[in-house]
Amino acid sequence: MKPYDLKIISNVRVSERYWHLKLDARPIADSIRPGQFFNIKCADLAFLRRPFSIYRINKEEKTIEFLYLVKGNGTVHLTEAAPGEYLNIFGPLGNGFELKKEWNTVLLLARGVGIATLAALAQEAAANQVTCIAVLSARTNNDLLSTEMLERLGVEVYKVTEEDGTSDVEAVEKLIENLLKANRIQAAFTCGSKRLSKLLQRMAKMVHLPAQIALEEHMGCAMGVCYACVCDIQENDDTHSVRVCREGPVFDLNKVVLK
Amino acid sequence: MDHLQLGVKIGHLYLKNPIMPASGAFGFEMETLIDFNNLGAIVPKSITKHPRGGNATPRVCEVNGGMINSIGIQSKGVDYYVKEILPHYERYDTPLISSISADSVEEFAEMAEIISRESIVSGIELNISCPNLKGNGKAFGMDAALSYNVVKKVKDVTDKPIIAKLTPNVTSIQEIALACEKGGADALNVANTFLAMAVDIYTREPKIGNVLGGISGPAIKPLIVRMIYQVRKVTNLPIIGCGGVMTWEDVVEMLLVGANAVQVGTASFINPTALPDILEGLKEYMTANGVKDINELVGKVNIKHNQVESI
Ligand SMILES: Cc1cc2nc3c(=O)[nH]c(=O)nc-3n(C[C@H](O)[C@H](O)[C@H](O)COP(=O)(O)OP(=O)(O)OC[C@H]3O[C@@H](n4cnc5c(N)ncnc54)[C@H](O)[C@@H]3O)c2cc1C
Ligand SMILES: Cc1cc2nc3c(=O)[nH]c(=O)nc-3n(C[C@H](O)[C@H](O)[C@H](O)COP(=O)(O)O)c2cc1C
Repeated sequence: MKPYDLKIISNVRVSERYWHLKLDARPIADSIRPGQFFNIKCADLAFLRRPFSIYRINKEEKTIEFLYLVKGNGTVHLTEAAPGEYLNIFGPLGNGFELKKEWNTVLLLARGVGIATLAALAQEAAANQVTCIAVLSARTNNDLLSTEMLERLGVEVYKVTEEDGTSDVEAVEKLIENLLKANRIQAAFTCGSKRLSKLLQRMAKMVHLPAQIALEEHMGCAMGVCYACVCDIQENDDTHSVRVCREGPVFDLNKVVLK
Repeated sequence: MDHLQLGVKIGHLYLKNPIMPASGAFGFEMETLIDFNNLGAIVPKSITKHPRGGNATPRVCEVNGGMINSIGIQSKGVDYYVKEILPHYERYDTPLISSISADSVEEFAEMAEIISRESIVSGIELNISCPNLKGNGKAFGMDAALSYNVVKKVKDVTDKPIIAKLTPNVTSIQEIALACEKGGADALNVANTFLAMAVDIYTREPKIGNVLGGISGPAIKPLIVRMIYQVRKVTNLPIIGCGGVMTWEDVVEMLLVGANAVQVGTASFINPTALPDILEGLKEYMTANGVKDINELVGKVNIKHNQVESI
């Protein structure tokens, strides 16, 4: 982890509410894992840095990409950053996903911008000939991101939206049940929704499916010293507090306490 | 720049330079980022006697020119601290100041006694901004008699230099500073965070899980500069300025109004290498302005004879 000034290659709007940012990553020597994140200084007018997951890692051309939802002060200003300018990013931070060698088929469950976090994992899975099945949930079809990119990677994509009335928890439960029946899914990964995480947690526990979640929490330092971003982990009968930025943001879904 | 004299004294404690981290904004997790041997002191996060879970999330939020936090002194307790945290710092030759927080006057003394047995601990900072649970819950540092008591009881059980970290949430910072001096404090830290609150106007919910929190960052610097100035007027004790230092310029400003050293907190969240960057800037400033000894700056604010401040 280090602060870097990286040159912006592109920063473009990709849908109504989402933007895509590509940076020249040549100065970064650390290897970056899917699930890890960078804490980005979005603008002078946004005091704190903002955490963003790594969306794509392009090892050959030495670039990294982020996908972000335009939400408030920080991300609104981030859209103003222009190609050629430099952005100060701090990372890579936290622990990424674990993709075990023995897993041949995995399930990804993402809501909204949660796909930004799972996309890098899909990329790694594809590179390792692991079959990926993705359930993407969003408010509208316009908000469904990266489906083409995922399909190009060979991911089997299922889309559910409020717009189509297909995204309620019961419908998603049915869909996942069917996917579990039809495929030998050996692990599941999720990001982006408390509701869907709770659902997946319940289902994973029931069928003893290994599962990982990338959590989001408001951060201060993002390097483990301030204890702003904490969550609880339950192991056996013991509940203890961990830092999302340091011990996470990826946790064992079967152990994390979802509030 | 090697001829520059950056060393400062905080009571009997010699610091090789006046720049140190603020408690709660520093940890050994930063050792791959910055060289701890170049810090004036190492100041780990405040600890409590018993393990404490901390407050509800969100524990931080952004405001104009700063942030509000309410972490709630999440701590694994003093035993864990002695066994697991302190050893991380053994390989550095930088003095370590332990920050302690307690629920009662007696507990402050008990903790000081336990911590004092550790040879690696060069000084103790009393976080008297925490509430007195045996009293009415008011922070020790909001009451002169209580502040005096805490410092006195701690001094009775330890020979280590004691720094009282004042809360700025008081009517007269001078009164509390004097009470701590009378209690035997070796130095004063001015100061902790200002009590604050922020509300999300769309959800109508407080932005901090604990509703109230403490504001830190550049927004509070002028208030802290004012308080250092006021405290310097009534005491000769060493003062550590703390609050809103982002750059070396802020350090010079605090020294000019009477601080002997400074702590850097929130700045490290924005610029993770703020501590060494500030020290480098300070050295350049000294060289450029013919300041050979950093102590030459202390209290040298130029107030004209006909300028009278009314407070
Ligand atoms: C590990 C991690 C990875 C993330 N990855 C992505 C990503 O790849 N793409 C993406 O669009 N978003 C991601 N987020 C969420 C993103 O950090 C927030 O949407 C962003 O901080 C909002 O900032 P803002 O100023 O636009 O919004 P505001 O709501 O104005 O932000 C105000 C404050 O709250 C904080 N905040 C608000 N929402 C969140 C949140 N969900 N998580 C953490 N802090 C928040 C902000 O950092 C800021 O300090 C991630 C969050 C975490 C913790
Ligand atoms: C996230 C956070 C945690 C803090 N924790 C502590 C603490 O445990 N003990 C303490 O004495 N002060 C604590 N503080 C206060 C700082 O040490 C410092 O007094 C304050 O932040 C003002 O300085 P700054 O503006 O440079 O951050 C904390 C501050 C922040 C932002």
